[in-house]
Amino acid sequence: MRTTRNLAALAALGLALSACASEAGNQATESAENTAEVQEDVEFDAGTTMAELNEAGAITIGTKFDQPGFGLLNPDGVPEGFDVEIGKLIAAELGIAAEEIEWVETVSANREPFIQNGQVDMVIATYTINDARKQLVDFAGPYYLAGQDIMVAAGNPEGIQGPDDLAGKNVCSVEGSTPAQNIRDNYPEATLTLFDVYSKCADALTNGQVQAVTTDNVILTGLVAGNPEGFELVGNPFTEEPYGIGLTLGDTDFRNFVNDVLEESFENGSWADAWDRTAGAITGEEAPEPPQVDRY
Amino acid sequence: MQFYADNAGLFWDAFLTTLGMSVLAGLLAVVLGTLLAAFRVSPILPLRGLATFYVETFRNTPLTVVFFFIIFGLPQIDFVIGFFPGSVLAVGLYTAAFVCEAVRSGINSVSPGQAEAARALGLTFGQSLRQVVLPQAFRTVVPPLGNVLIAMVKNTSIAAGFSVSELSSLLPRLVNANAGELVLVLVGVVACYMVITLPAALALNRIERRVAILR
Repeated sequence: MRTTRNLAALAALGLALSACASEAGNQATESAENTAEVQEDVEFDAGTTMAELNEAGAITIGTKFDQPGFGLLNPDGVPEGFDVEIGKLIAAELGIAAEEIEWVETVSANREPFIQNGQVDMVIATYTINDARKQLVDFAGPYYLAGQDIMVAAGNPEGIQGPDDLAGKNVCSVEGSTPAQNIRDNYPEATLTLFDVYSKCADALTNGQVQAVTTDNVILTGLVAGNPEGFELVGNPFTEEPYGIGLTLGDTDFRNFVNDVLEESFENGSWADAWDRTAGAITGEEAPEPPQVDRY
Repeated sequence: MQFYADNAGLFWDAFLTTLGMSVLAGLLAVVLGTLLAAFRVSPILPLRGLATFYVETFRNTPLTVVFFFIIFGLPQIDFVIGFFPGSVLAVGLYTAAFVCEAVRSGINSVSPGQAEAARALGLTFGQSLRQVVLPQAFRTVVPPLGNVLIAMVKNTSIAAGFSVSELSSLLPRLVNANAGELVLVLVGVVACYMVITLPAALALNRIERRVAILR
């Protein structure tokens, strides 16, 4: 008697929960085949980070595990996406095979400590280059230019065209992110609703608890692709977010090396190829013009 | 020190939010939990069944899932609740199950002779519970109840993931804005929690000593 009652309770709960599971959470990215050719005979000056990594034959890279198109953990426990492909390109130039890369999840709040403490060799995680962060870590790149944009319910019932239309509206983003701070500083009339992950923003938009979601356009594109009937992108980016690769502060040799690898990938097409297989496969958009590497 | 001075307003607001959530959810949990405990020892079978069902449901569900259910699940059946009230409700409902069990253990510790004597004097079930059993039961449950409530204060941190700007939500926010000050942020947040939990623990110690009974 007791058992059946408890089971019924569980079943009712499970039913209610499955109803609110987010579409955005379970979109599967196309499995991306790695085509980067691993360099067998590469020589680096002794004592450099490149020589150390080459010697060890392994590298630890921090990336996001929850960002469709850039870094998303697939069901096999391997992350895939544009950031991941860039990591494989760099590893290949260091003579390290893709299987030898150890992927570590980095979230927005722990990227600097992970680099500073040496828990990762580099961070490729939709990581915006800015001056405050340059005090703590070095940036190679940028390898992609994103911009803050707005996602609304399909049909745009509130008629939101840009950030100025957000006044008086409930706007969702993630606590601790640059887009959230931008809204706080520059559009204080918008009411911020802040979760810890973007998939909750998608749920809140579906439920009508917020009228808009704002963050980098590439992240929003992933969410729209997960639920094209429910969401749409305003498509009017109002900031510039250059994504860089975070490295230990002061390791200029390594930064120059990574910049060289990036520039080479821009030229030989492997960058555009990586885009087409990952983020491009989701959005259906062609690879954009590669950005100019900033050797500051 | 400069860092704390610059962010004093943020810390203060977050502290008040956590404190407010703790007080409101604590009240809800203690009132509802006591009521449930009364149900669980009542002679009326449906009430006993209802309370047992409640306790087993909430005690065996992770708090994050309870949050999800209230914040994102209920709106799907057109019951939209604000993030702060929803969080208070989630923490309060969840903690009530634990309060119920703590109070019930206290009730069971009162010797059956007490209740039998009360009934023999002609008190109703409610009267004997209110005037004889519960006053004795509460004395023995002060320490376990203290544990439950302190755990509850820390459990309010889950609301950070559901759009309540309480103390834990300062971690990502301040770390992102002051990436070099990670340790200061952590110390500040921990200190704020302790400002709530340490006095609560001291007060509970006091109460425990004051109401101690010799058996």
